[in-house]
Amino acid sequence: MRHFFTILAHEVRMLLVSPSTYVAAVSFLAVMGFIFTNILEKYSTAPQDASPASVFFSVYFLPVIFMVPLLTMKCLAEERRLGTIETLLTTPVTTTEVVLGKYGAAYLLYLAFWASTSGLFFILKRFAGDPRLIDPGPILGGYLFIAVSGLLFVSIGVFTSALSRNQAVAGLLCTTILIMVIFGGRYLGSVTWLDRESLAPLKAAVSYAQVSQHFMDFTRGVVDTRELLFYLSGTVLALIFSILSVEAKLLHS
Amino acid sequence: MSEPPAQPAIEVSRLVKVFAGVTAVNDISFKVPRGEIIGFLGPNGAGKSTTMRILTGYLPATSGDVSICGFRVAEEPDSVKRRVGYMPENNPLPEDMRVSEYLYFRGRLKEVPRRKLGARIDEVLELCDLKRVRHKIIGKLSKGFRQRVGIAESVLAEPPVIIMDEPTIGLDPHQILIVRDLIASLRGRMTVLISSHILPEIEMTCDRVLIINQGRIVAQGTPAELRREVLGQSAYEIEAAGPLGSLQFVLGSIVPGLSVASEGPEDDQGFRKIKLKTIGDEDAGEAILRACLLEGLRVRALSRARPTLEDVFLAATRRSWDAVAEGQGPEAAP
Repeated sequence: MRHFFTILAHEVRMLLVSPSTYVAAVSFLAVMGFIFTNILEKYSTAPQDASPASVFFSVYFLPVIFMVPLLTMKCLAEERRLGTIETLLTTPVTTTEVVLGKYGAAYLLYLAFWASTSGLFFILKRFAGDPRLIDPGPILGGYLFIAVSGLLFVSIGVFTSALSRNQAVAGLLCTTILIMVIFGGRYLGSVTWLDRESLAPLKAAVSYAQVSQHFMDFTRGVVDTRELLFYLSGTVLALIFSILSVEAKLLHS
Repeated sequence: MSEPPAQPAIEVSRLVKVFAGVTAVNDISFKVPRGEIIGFLGPNGAGKSTTMRILTGYLPATSGDVSICGFRVAEEPDSVKRRVGYMPENNPLPEDMRVSEYLYFRGRLKEVPRRKLGARIDEVLELCDLKRVRHKIIGKLSKGFRQRVGIAESVLAEPPVIIMDEPTIGLDPHQILIVRDLIASLRGRMTVLISSHILPEIEMTCDRVLIINQGRIVAQGTPAELRREVLGQSAYEIEAAGPLGSLQFVLGSIVPGLSVASEGPEDDQGFRKIKLKTIGDEDAGEAILRACLLEGLRVRALSRARPTLEDVFLAATRRSWDAVAEGQGPEAAP
């Protein structure tokens, strides 16, 4: 694992010197700021049930569906398209180190983007003058959910990037899989053909893999280890598939 | 990290690589002693790049055995990768890094100690004449500079074996000269395997040449040996005037195997060009002159035509195509 940090540092550095990172960060903040302003406007006209934080985090899927593919589609597809994967893998690095290093860098950037939204809450606290608007519970829960679910979402992005040498294909594939993971659970939970008794274990599995349900739990302060395990195991699986995919492409090239 | 010094730098035995039913490398065996520069020659699609990729451990072989400095590639890929500097075909480089940053990153990946890395980068930049562009972004460099960045990168960790796939492709003659000098400066210190289809290139830099065609080695040896082995003859050309009547007979009696290959027309001064060929490789120039004097011919010029590596290459690849065609003929017929 000695090369993991070399690759991680290199990737982070390359992200930080790349203009596209800043363009992405600014547009992300603009969109999130717009959503936040809308939420606050609603609060200024009429009292609401939930705290602004939980409403704000409930649109987490928007940046996930658009940002994660953009952040990750480049990481392995570009290496293969340019052929630099060949120079990279002929040094004493393992495929695992390469995939993990790239994954780590993308995940850190994802976290940094979300961390920048804490500025919105800071501004709210500074100028709202109403302590009821700032409820630390949902804010912490929301960020925790973002951090934990981000593990899985970013690893899906890395996996799709390992599948294709074309960035656009990788990005679209990533968006599709993310939509299936985020909304598919809710849809499968509502279909009636799963209610049959013979399919009961499947039904239980589906109800366990509800991302939106996990989000509700986290913002309410319920941190269930089964949910943590869901994201962790999903992440490990996606990363193992990424590594296998990179190696399989070498074997069958 | 100690390794037995007697081991050859590269040892390949009965290497076979099959891609989805297509045999790219077919039963290749060769050995490269340490410190030698060896040229890998072949037409496009002959299996040069595939063999090189297998040597670096990037691609797995279908069967056969490959060792670098005594380490088997299939069993100890890490030990092999630590000992090989590799520059792939087309020299892929990241577009958005500076030259010195790139070399630093590669040096760290190749496990050059952090303390030594700075000095070593200065050294290779000097060696490859890259000092002027060390802070430039690689994507904005010209082809010649990019190529040299690739070479600098491959020698960075001072590996005992360097494998370069077409290092001079797309360079102008002046840059080719620089690259050639650079490769020659590694002679003795490192084992270098370069592939190319630019023949004078190989002839000038390499101690030994391997000619490969359709996945098989068709000839190997020093350029001089190859000339002898593949062509098996040397040619002379004289310009002489006078009666040619019994020249053929006299030549044959003085030097066995020497014969007249062709005679040109007489020019206005009465001289004509005569092409002679011998079977052996020893110098027959003096004997030819003596024969001409005996015959009373006036000789204006005598030259020995040196077959170039190009002739050798064409002869060797043609020979292998013929062999393949013969071997496959009956099977191919329905």
